[in-house]
Amino acid sequence: MFVEAGHYALTLALGLSLVQFLMPLWAATVRDEALAAIAAPAALCAFACVTLAFAALTYAYATSDFSLVNVVENSHSLKPFIYKLTGVWGNHEGSMLLWVLILTLFGAMVALSRRAVPSRLRHLTLAVQGAVAFAFLAFVEFTSNPFLRLNPAPFEGQDLNPILQDLGLAIHPPLLYIGYVGFSISFAFALAALIEGRIDAVWARAVRPWTLTAWVFLTLGIAMGSYWAYYELGWGGWWFWDPVENASLMPWLAGTALLHSTIVMEKRDALKIWTILLAILTFSLSLLGTFLVRSGVLTSVHSFATDPTRGAFILAILVVFIGGGFALFAWRAPLLRQGGLFAPISREGALVANNLLLVTACATVFIGTLYPLALEALTGAKISVGEPFFNATFLPIVMPLLALIPIGQTIVWKRGDLLGTVQRLWAAYAAGLAGALIIFALVRGGPVLALLGIGLGVYLLAGSAVDIYHRAGGGRVAPGVMLRRAAGLPRSAWGTAIAHAGVGITVLGIAAQAWSTETLAVVNRGDLVNAGAYTLRLDAIFPRTAHNYREDVARFTVLRDGRIIGTLEGSKRIYVTRGMPTTEAGIMTLGPSQLYVSLGEPQPSGGMGVRIYWKPYVIFVWLGSVIMALGGLLSLTDRRLRVAAPVAARGRLVPAE
Amino acid sequence: MTRKQRRLTLIAAALAVLGVALGLVLFAMRDNIVFFYSPTDLEAKAVTPGTRLRLGGLVAEGSVEKGEGQNVTFAVTDTNRSITVRYTGLLPDLFREGQGVVTEGVLESAGLFRADSVLAKHDENYMPREVADSLKEQGLWQHGGKTDAQGGGATAASE
Repeated sequence: MFVEAGHYALTLALGLSLVQFLMPLWAATVRDEALAAIAAPAALCAFACVTLAFAALTYAYATSDFSLVNVVENSHSLKPFIYKLTGVWGNHEGSMLLWVLILTLFGAMVALSRRAVPSRLRHLTLAVQGAVAFAFLAFVEFTSNPFLRLNPAPFEGQDLNPILQDLGLAIHPPLLYIGYVGFSISFAFALAALIEGRIDAVWARAVRPWTLTAWVFLTLGIAMGSYWAYYELGWGGWWFWDPVENASLMPWLAGTALLHSTIVMEKRDALKIWTILLAILTFSLSLLGTFLVRSGVLTSVHSFATDPTRGAFILAILVVFIGGGFALFAWRAPLLRQGGLFAPISREGALVANNLLLVTACATVFIGTLYPLALEALTGAKISVGEPFFNATFLPIVMPLLALIPIGQTIVWKRGDLLGTVQRLWAAYAAGLAGALIIFALVRGGPVLALLGIGLGVYLLAGSAVDIYHRAGGGRVAPGVMLRRAAGLPRSAWGTAIAHAGVGITVLGIAAQAWSTETLAVVNRGDLVNAGAYTLRLDAIFPRTAHNYREDVARFTVLRDGRIIGTLEGSKRIYVTRGMPTTEAGIMTLGPSQLYVSLGEPQPSGGMGVRIYWKPYVIFVWLGSVIMALGGLLSLTDRRLRVAAPVAARGRLVPAE
Repeated sequence: MTRKQRRLTLIAAALAVLGVALGLVLFAMRDNIVFFYSPTDLEAKAVTPGTRLRLGGLVAEGSVEKGEGQNVTFAVTDTNRSITVRYTGLLPDLFREGQGVVTEGVLESAGLFRADSVLAKHDENYMPREVADSLKEQGLWQHGGKTDAQGGGATAASE
């Protein structure tokens, strides 16, 4: 019964989103503000309905209601309770429902943000948001309905893909989706501005918290996904330039550009049209990501539960929104008042360079991801574009961008002084150079690119420190005063410094992987294998059973200089229901570094094939990303964004058409 | 600087960055792209030895021989032609005779392929899409059963 109520609520939400979409637009043509105001309650009700639908599906999973096709296909009564819950979004239908839930949640939040967003802009934004919600609710309702019943109901379900039975799954998709979907708000704001025909600093200030929120979650989502693939897939890598990964990286790059261009718009009233374009582009890439992952057009290591027949529907949504967005842009953007231009050597100039490089980097990822698809469609030739391609294209674009970060961070607005800025950063350059040289001396050489990476990473960290030091008046005032001033700096200044330091930490972690080692060996009991400064000794191979799988475990003792540090277990699992084998990597975290053991097959000779990695400072890769997100979060709590935005400049309510 | 000069500076900078990126992409396209072949393609197109490529098909029944250490030899077949593949390293969890597989490496001579990575997807029903397509082209596709494109994650093994 509850399940039917959920289905009913979902259908109701479809209708409500149509109201939310159409009424404000109609109201705009007849200039009836009261009518437009219906968008807000419609958005709130749509959110309530989708929440109810999601709760109903969760209830069905929690109680193992095998009369639902979706539950039968993806759950099992023996599955641990936590995975019954996370299994709700561990399949196509459920994950699309989660997508829509987050979409309507954002809609509801916009509806409630009455203080921060001028009412006309808010209503039009809700209209666009309603259109997106309508499209995706229709997609769920008509092609991916999670509430289909099965008669007769089987006694047992088919279990969830064991790879997905992991806490990583509980966290990764919701984070990623909040990121993807969050950019729909920036998109809605951009389209609303185009419809309204006006755009100003108020708009920039209204849209910035949403973009920042989406960016924070997308950053966390990508980092979590990377760590999850790293420990779950058992092949020791954390980024494979896989199409599905690229699908999340592209909106991140564009979103990062958007985040920065919005600052220029807010502070200097420039880059308006570019910002609008970026907002459309970022959400387009989010939609493209959803399409690539959900349609099954890609061969990917991460594609779960794909179905080509649904691809057409998402493709249609994609065409309507991307095409519609760009068409509206082409039609209305020339009507917007152009912002001012500015000197190339200035904070604005640096941010333009940032945007240019980020968007170009995004374009190379786009080409690398979609070119194989296009080529196959046109000529039938099948190619794979992998790491070498991205190393040759993405890195040369991103490295100058990284070098530019501290300069952009410290240069002044309007008319900067490049020489002065570079002089101010001398300590950061020195630190970077020293970092690279120290590593060079310690490890006696190493790949040039990795040393460059170490230098860049240290330079970024030092650059952020220099930035805060100068803002707090370091060198000009007494240290005590400086500390007090530093504590009193706006949170957005700290947020920027922390986020950029996070970039530095990630770069350090990535560069350090040049010194990781990988040992392939066949081991018998008592055998020793070296990895980094450590030695692993195989102690035992034994079978073990849990409620829904059985496994062969290899237990290693980890030694350093003959002293025992601890034990490490890797295993080969067979999940009983699906008969599916998985490799569970054994990981030991030693400070920021990790030992990583992946088991192979038992050899005819009696030994066990193993692969042992030493991954120095690998934690930095994800730690840095989390710090980036923290910086974003801190910036989000800045006073400037919390207080109400000024009401539309000088009460001119007539659109500038 | 005048407005016009500023605008020109901006456009010149943008063009320069895009030009460099385009150059990089074209350069990388020439060297870093790996083509996929089925055993039949490989023979028909007379690929020169030493070329880096991806070879996909089914692991031929009865062809897997495990040698010293972690050396392994097996044949990849599309039931029409087959190619012997040599590989050293851990095989993915679902590497089995009769299952779909994609290997990447270098063609040593006609009929012998030296793989440095072996991919098989992480699902008992999985067949790599390229393999499924090339089998379809040759009319060897049987629907259902083993050839479900629904997937789990893949495991790969590489040297």
